[in-house]
Amino acid sequence: MSIKVFVPRDSSALSLGAEKTAKAIASEAAKRELDIELVRNGSRGLFYLEPLVEVITAKGRVAYGPVQPKDVPSLFDADFLKGGSHPLSQGLTEEIEYLKKQERLTNARVGITDPVSLQDYLAHDGYKGLKNALNMEPAEIVKQVTDSGLRGRGGAAFPTGIKWNTVLNAQGEQKYIVCNADEGDSGTFSDRMIMEDDPFVLVEGMTIAGLAVGANQGYIYLRVEYPHAHKNLNAAIAAAEQAGYLGDNICGSGKAFNLEVRLGAGAYVCGEETSLLESLEGKRGLVRYKPPLPAIKGLFGKPTVINNVISLASVPIILDKGGEYYKNFGMGRSRGTLPIQLAGNIKRPGLIEKAFGITLRELLYDYGGGSATGRPIKAVQVGGPLGSFVPESQFDTPLDYEAFAANWAVLGHGGVVVFDDTVNMATMARYAMEFCAIESCGKCTPCRIGSTRGVEVMDKIINNQDRAKNIALLRDLSDVMLNSSLCALGGMTPYPVLSALNHFPGDFGVE
Amino acid sequence: MSQPDWDKNTVAQVIESLKDKPGAMLPILHGIQDALGYIPKGSVPLIANALNVSRAEVHGVITFYHYFRDTPPGQHTIHVCRAESCQSMNGTGLEAHAKAKLGIDYHETTADGAFSLEPVYCLGNCGCSPAISVDGEVYGRVSPERFDEILDEVRAQA
Repeated sequence: MSIKVFVPRDSSALSLGAEKTAKAIASEAAKRELDIELVRNGSRGLFYLEPLVEVITAKGRVAYGPVQPKDVPSLFDADFLKGGSHPLSQGLTEEIEYLKKQERLTNARVGITDPVSLQDYLAHDGYKGLKNALNMEPAEIVKQVTDSGLRGRGGAAFPTGIKWNTVLNAQGEQKYIVCNADEGDSGTFSDRMIMEDDPFVLVEGMTIAGLAVGANQGYIYLRVEYPHAHKNLNAAIAAAEQAGYLGDNICGSGKAFNLEVRLGAGAYVCGEETSLLESLEGKRGLVRYKPPLPAIKGLFGKPTVINNVISLASVPIILDKGGEYYKNFGMGRSRGTLPIQLAGNIKRPGLIEKAFGITLRELLYDYGGGSATGRPIKAVQVGGPLGSFVPESQFDTPLDYEAFAANWAVLGHGGVVVFDDTVNMATMARYAMEFCAIESCGKCTPCRIGSTRGVEVMDKIINNQDRAKNIALLRDLSDVMLNSSLCALGGMTPYPVLSALNHFPGDFGVE
Repeated sequence: MSQPDWDKNTVAQVIESLKDKPGAMLPILHGIQDALGYIPKGSVPLIANALNVSRAEVHGVITFYHYFRDTPPGQHTIHVCRAESCQSMNGTGLEAHAKAKLGIDYHETTADGAFSLEPVYCLGNCGCSPAISVDGEVYGRVSPERFDEILDEVRAQA
C-alpha cells in the first residue's frame, strides 16, 4: 500500500515554497521507485514550520519542517516515510506543543484533510450539523445558535442568534444569506485559512443559516486578493451540489439552498456590511445609513443575514454538538473559541484557536516565543488597522471582548500584529490616518476629510511644527471622527492614533 | 471609422454571458479584466447599455475599486503589501527596494512593459511578513535579496 505524504497547499505554505517541496518529494520518490500518495492538505497554521511535511505512520502523523527541496534527499535517506529521525523531525504532529494546547472547534479539520475532498470532510464529522438541522424547526436552529453565545467574529461581536432571529421573523418571500469574506484587516488570515483549507465547513454553515431563517440563496463576498480561496470554494460548492448538499432538494428534504461566490475588487471599506451589500448589488461600495438594518432591508432590499466567515464556519459544530457544548468554552460574555492570528514581528507566527480568556502575554511568549528579530516587543496591534496599539503593561489582559473594551482596545477579528522596539508609534499613527484616507468610501465628511487632515496634522507633529497645538488639534479631530463618522472606518481610525499617542507620547515628541 | 485597439468581441461576449445575473456589474468588470488585463474605456458604454445604467455610473464603479484598471498592465503585476504586519518586518524597506529596483513608482509599468507595481493592503499572509504577490501567487518573508531572486525567476518563466 502506498504511504500517504502530506504537503500543504495553503497559500502561506505556498508562499514559502511548498509547491517546490511537493514536486521534489514526488520526483525523489519516483527516482527511488517508492510508492507514495501525495496529499495536498491545508496548513496546520504553524507557519514557522512551513512547508510542514507530514507522513502517516503506525503511531500517527509525523511532522517534518520547514522542508525545502534541498532537504528532500536526506529525508528519504533518513527513511522519513516510516517516521525516521532527521534534523527537521518535529515528532507526532498532534504532540507539537503549539498545536497540542489549542482548542480547535471551528478549525477542527484545518490542515488535516484534503480541503476539496467531500469524502474527507464526511469522514471527519462533516455535515453532521446539517443533518441535525434538517430535523429541526427553523426557530430551534436559531435557538441553538443563540444558546451557544456565538458573537460575530468579524469584529463587531454582535450576537449571531439575535441577528438570525430578526431575519427569521422578518416578512418576505425572498431572504438572503451573505458571507462577509472580505478579510482586509492586516494581521488576519483565519477566514482565508477556513476557505482554503476547509471550505466545506463554510458551505455547511451557510446552508444551516439558510434553513434557519428561510433563505434559499447565499452569496460569499470574497476579496480578490484570495485566489486560492476562490478556487477551493468553487470546488467545494460544485462537489456539494453534485452530492445533493446544495441545490433545490438538500439531502432529499425538499428544501433549497444555492450558493455563489462573488469577488470584491480591493476596497477595504467593503468589509463594512452595508458597503459590502452595495458592492454585491453592483454599485460603488458606499456605506448605507442604518437603520434599516440589513436583517430587515439588506441585499436587494430583502431581509439578509450577513455574517463573517468564522461566525458561519462555527455553526456546524454548534448544530452537531449543541449550543451548550460551545458555550462551555470561554469566559464572561465571550463564549466559545476565537481563532487568534499571531502575525508580524514574532518568532513563531501562526493560527491559535483557543477559548476566550488566554492572555496576550501567553500568546506572545509561550506560543510566539518573542519577537522574530529578538528585540523587546514594544507594542501589539490587536484587531486590525482600526484596533488599538496595546503596550506591554496591558499584556496580561485576557482575550475577552469586554476586558479589551475596558482598556479602550478591541479584539476585532482576532489578529495580533507584533512590533519590536524599533517601531515609531507616531509613524504608525500617521499610517492609520493615511490608510483611512486611501480607503474611505467618501460618503461622510469626518472620514473623507478628517483622515486627510489627520495625515497633515501628523506630519506637522512629526516635523515638530507647533507640536503642542497640533497634538491638541489631533485629539479634537479624533473626537469628531469617533463620534460622527457613519461607519467603523472613520469611527475607529482614532483607536490606533490615540492609543499610540496615549501609550507612547515620547514618539510624538511629548515629554 | 477606425477599429478600437481592444478586443470588442471578447468584451461583448463577457457582457452577454453575465448581464442577467443579479448585481451583474462587478462580475462583468472582473470578466473583462480577467480576459484583457484591464477595462478599456471604450467598453464603458457597452456595459452601461447592457445594464441599463448611465456611463457615469459604470465609470464611478470602476474608479471606486483599487483593483480595476483602465490601462493595460505590464506582462506581470507585482503587488507589494503596505499593511501593518508587513511594516513590522521591514515592509517599508522592501517597498523602497522594489521601487528602486524596477525604477518605477506605484501604479506604473516598467519601460520594457515587463512589470507593473501596485500597492496592496494585506494579502492574508501576515504570518510570513513581509509579503508580495506576483500575478496572484503570494511570496512570504521577502527580503530585498529574495525580491531580486523572485524577479529573476519570473523573468525566466516568461
